[in-house]
Amino acid sequence: MSKITIDHVTRIEGHGRITIRLDDAGKVSDARFHVTQVRGFERFTVGRPYYEMPSITSRICGICPVSHLLASSKACDEIMAVRIPAAARQLRELLHCAQIVQSHALSFFHLSAPDLLLGMDADPARRNIAGLLEEHPDALRDGIALRRFGQQVIERLARERVHPSWVVPGGVNAPLDPQAREKTLAEIPAAAAIVARTLALWKRAVSDFPDEIDAFSNFPTMYCGLVGPDGSLRLYDGNLRFVGPDGAMVADQVRPDDYASVIGEATLPDSYLKAPYYLPSGHPEGIYRVGPLARLNVADRCGTPDADRELDEYRSRFGRIVQSGFHYHYARLIEATYALERMQELLDDPAILSTKVRAHAGVNASEGTGIIEAPRGTLIHHYRVDDNGAITWANLIVATGHNNLALGRGVLQVAQRFVDGKRITEGALNRVSALVRAYDPCLSCSTHALGMPALLLELRGPDDELLDTIATS
Amino acid sequence: MSEKVKVRIDGEVLTATTGQTILEVARANNTYIPALCYMEGLSAVGACRLCMVEISGVGKLQPACTTPVQEGLAVVTASPQLEAYRKIALELLFAERNHVCAVCVSSGHCELQTLAQDHGVTHVRYPYGYPRLAVDTSHPRYVLDHNRCILCSRCVRACAEIEGAHVWDFAGRGIRSMLVSELSRPWGEATTCTSCGKCVQACPTGAMAEKGWGVEEMTKQRSVVSRLSSMREGE
Ligand code: SF4
Ligand code: SF4
Ligand code: FES
Repeated sequence: MSKITIDHVTRIEGHGRITIRLDDAGKVSDARFHVTQVRGFERFTVGRPYYEMPSITSRICGICPVSHLLASSKACDEIMAVRIPAAARQLRELLHCAQIVQSHALSFFHLSAPDLLLGMDADPARRNIAGLLEEHPDALRDGIALRRFGQQVIERLARERVHPSWVVPGGVNAPLDPQAREKTLAEIPAAAAIVARTLALWKRAVSDFPDEIDAFSNFPTMYCGLVGPDGSLRLYDGNLRFVGPDGAMVADQVRPDDYASVIGEATLPDSYLKAPYYLPSGHPEGIYRVGPLARLNVADRCGTPDADRELDEYRSRFGRIVQSGFHYHYARLIEATYALERMQELLDDPAILSTKVRAHAGVNASEGTGIIEAPRGTLIHHYRVDDNGAITWANLIVATGHNNLALGRGVLQVAQRFVDGKRITEGALNRVSALVRAYDPCLSCSTHALGMPALLLELRGPDDELLDTIATS
Repeated sequence: MSEKVKVRIDGEVLTATTGQTILEVARANNTYIPALCYMEGLSAVGACRLCMVEISGVGKLQPACTTPVQEGLAVVTASPQLEAYRKIALELLFAERNHVCAVCVSSGHCELQTLAQDHGVTHVRYPYGYPRLAVDTSHPRYVLDHNRCILCSRCVRACAEIEGAHVWDFAGRGIRSMLVSELSRPWGEATTCTSCGKCVQACPTGAMAEKGWGVEEMTKQRSVVSRLSSMREGE
């Protein structure tokens, strides 16, 4: 049996490997997405005081540290059994929205725009940021400006761009500086204009990708995400909702501390990433997806005017339930619109300046769960502690984990469509990588993907012998 | 009877009193000598070896914190050789335990970290020991993380000499030395501990901290211990 391996999918966060297996006739028979890094976080945090978890776990990833910080702090709030001050809640959501904006900007502009705006079959030597600079300098400039906006807000709030220590169990450790509020409010319109421009551009361009829409994880799964009591989109808080492939309600308003009643975790033989599934349906039938695409599928509405208008248009074009993984990109832009509107709403409320931002308490519960919608999807932190507050057990379910099963199945679908066993075209292999990038997987790492090593393709024969290697830049 | 003596520190002639150490005289005259295990108000033990100085006529380096002055003493506090030794001493402290500043409560307010920065310790040239060490969370208000302990004994002395409780001691030898509370009972069960927190304030690193503070949040009031001691002088 022949085997094609795509090592280090370039332009994704972290390290991944794709193996495409060919049968003797040279047809794609199987495809897998592996995560080869071991994350020992659940093991080595045992014995540490629970309140250190936010800073320790935010080191899981240099790309979305804020997400772990928030999910972890929420789990700690539960262990302290406190309701955090209202302004602290607002400030955490504000920080989270800034993170969503900067992360979605990174995903769309920096990581995927070369494929999306230059075309999947463009010369690989030019299908990168440099090529983008030549052909779409405005889009590139917009992307950089939008990401910088998000990062600057984070920095302004947390005084640190990467790994902020501002969010703490019980709230945040400093109130909002009125000047930071003014500055951010002044900058939101420009950021919103970028997102609106990009949406307009993407709404035109998306019809140029019928094959990708057709073949990028275009299969039925369930979807999972947080929703508010009224069923609207929630990123910072809310309860879990699962909907079926046709949009039918599967489970609704599942409280965070009850997540284990709906999510089971399978371990796969060839990946260190656990594969969560919808528990009542079993593994692997309980396959579901999370992230922007899933969130827009589960939510009744966004709850902010501009985002809701965009959501209506998106649904009128692609249906109430949007199935193709290719539309993660579109969904990301709608979410960026929502996040900016939420930031405006939060900052417009003068109560956000309150100096009551932190609750202090000891260990008042032996268990705590914190769930947020990270840029890439539902993120769950669940801890147990002893009476002194030392961690005795921890479980983390990350967004890329939820999507693990769907990603594997998606790779197979794309490979069957675009990979011909006898001839591996650059465009075909790039599409496999592009699919992975559509999910924007964040592979539990601290390495920054920009400037990653060349894409290495291996073609292996029936006895695993190396037939061919192709390296691209 | 203390007498006035003349000593030379880095070429400068200074007046000192017998009984004073080189470190005390240097500090009184605004000459900086790095020190870690030394704490004003506590006895000096010479544990960390960061305050080493050159004394003319003496073949080996001497710790400034424990060496008393005498008439005519000539001391050099900074030289390439001293700098090299201090760097080695710092690197060995890091190699011995598990210092992950990025997640440490004391990061930004840690004497070890500051000294490492001041001395340009950008990496450690010795293999790390990576010992598996416990965190004692048993005390209701404080926490002891052996991973960050540099065995300086400031807590031991603060507790014994100022509070008079003598909860802390060292068990084991050499690299296996461990700080223990009350014959190896968990801190929270130590019957002599008065929960005064002086050890925590005296600790130069993130080894001892108040519970509940996140990364970078633990600032210590080190002057408290020294002030208490000076107020008791002459009692
Ligand atoms: S005790 Fe100091 S040197 Fe050690 S980890 Fe903490 S900040 Fe770093
Ligand atoms: S706990 Fe702190 S003060 Fe005590 S010996 Fe260790 S480093 Fe020194
Ligand atoms: S300060 Fe002198 S040996 Fe530590």
